[in-house]
Amino acid sequence: MPDAGINLLRQSAIPQVWLRGGPVFALLIISKAGSLIYHRTFPTSATGTAGAGGTTQPQTVGTLGLPGTSTLSTNDYLVIAGTFHGVHAITRSLTPRIPIPPSAAGPSGRSWTYPDPETPPSGIESLESSFFRLTVFQTLSGTKFLLFTDPSMPNTDVLMKGVYERYADYVCKNPFWQMEMPIRIDAWERSLNQWLTRR
Amino acid sequence: MASGQKAARVGEEVWKTRVDKVNAELVTLTYGTVVAQLCTDYEYDYVQVNQQLDKMGYNIGMRLIEDFLAKSNIGRCGNFRDTAEMISKKVGFKIFLNITPTVTNWTADNKQFSLLFDENPLADFVELPDDGRAQDELWFSNIFCGILRGALEMVQMSIEARFVSDVLRGNDVTEMRVTLLRYTEDEMPPDDE
Repeated sequence: MPDAGINLLRQSAIPQVWLRGGPVFALLIISKAGSLIYHRTFPTSATGTAGAGGTTQPQTVGTLGLPGTSTLSTNDYLVIAGTFHGVHAITRSLTPRIPIPPSAAGPSGRSWTYPDPETPPSGIESLESSFFRLTVFQTLSGTKFLLFTDPSMPNTDVLMKGVYERYADYVCKNPFWQMEMPIRIDAWERSLNQWLTRR
Repeated sequence: MASGQKAARVGEEVWKTRVDKVNAELVTLTYGTVVAQLCTDYEYDYVQVNQQLDKMGYNIGMRLIEDFLAKSNIGRCGNFRDTAEMISKKVGFKIFLNITPTVTNWTADNKQFSLLFDENPLADFVELPDDGRAQDELWFSNIFCGILRGALEMVQMSIEARFVSDVLRGNDVTEMRVTLLRYTEDEMPPDDE
């Protein structure tokens, strides 16, 4: 795994204090059918060696792993996921469809076109409050990744791409993970730890 | 075609820099063993073996598509011709097997094409059983058909893929026929206000 060397470097070169409290708050994954298949909050309070051993996790508090935010039950997360799935579908359908004359209709036979024919409708891509930013990435296969970060966090798209690659590796390629089912895979957790909490 | 060249570069780059490689013999032998074992298990009922290979491929394809998308970072294809170039020639087969089957024999409605395999890593060293039936019934590399079907289904395309000839059977070329059945767009119906 190419990441291992980089992380060793980071561990030695960067003070431990910096490692604590990464600006990534939470990650949710919604299957293409709209059900929540993964959720995790990341430790943001200074509780010491965050995930240094790979599996040991400091206690996280509240919705985004922060003290003072209300704590959600797993059921609440399921509701959030379902709601977001619906809202995402609605926002996607808000993309205008501009009528075109039948003579100009393409091979698809449609009588309308999107404002930019090259860009398919996407739905919500990001959502921001004074305190967090939600970055949404929907894969072409319909799975949605929801990443809650600090609004000042740069390059969340790069972060997201890394998450997607790890998902493809550790989740999809695990023959014992059934598609559309909740993800409970240790190797995936460890890989996420490295990618999201040490920056 | 500019987009085609770009895709070819993507394929080349991903293959060179992003893919872990394994020994080709390991792949060839593993796949060969799987097929041979299936033949034994199904008592040389080759129709069944073909089906099982297709099913296995289907399950692989549904998972492999995510790896393909994550690594290649490409967007949705505009039409089935682009898809053909992308999955088969320029990126798909390229990054996973470093082969580039030729896309050809399009039908007029652009819904059916052929992939010609000049080389096939799965079939190196293979000689079909000489029982008078394997030559006519077994599609040794049938797992490819399943993989394409599974992968494309995940990106909202329903297709049918089957081999029509194979050098292992003594044909001149190894040819797979791919047919687009329909796009299964998961959009809400237009009237659903």
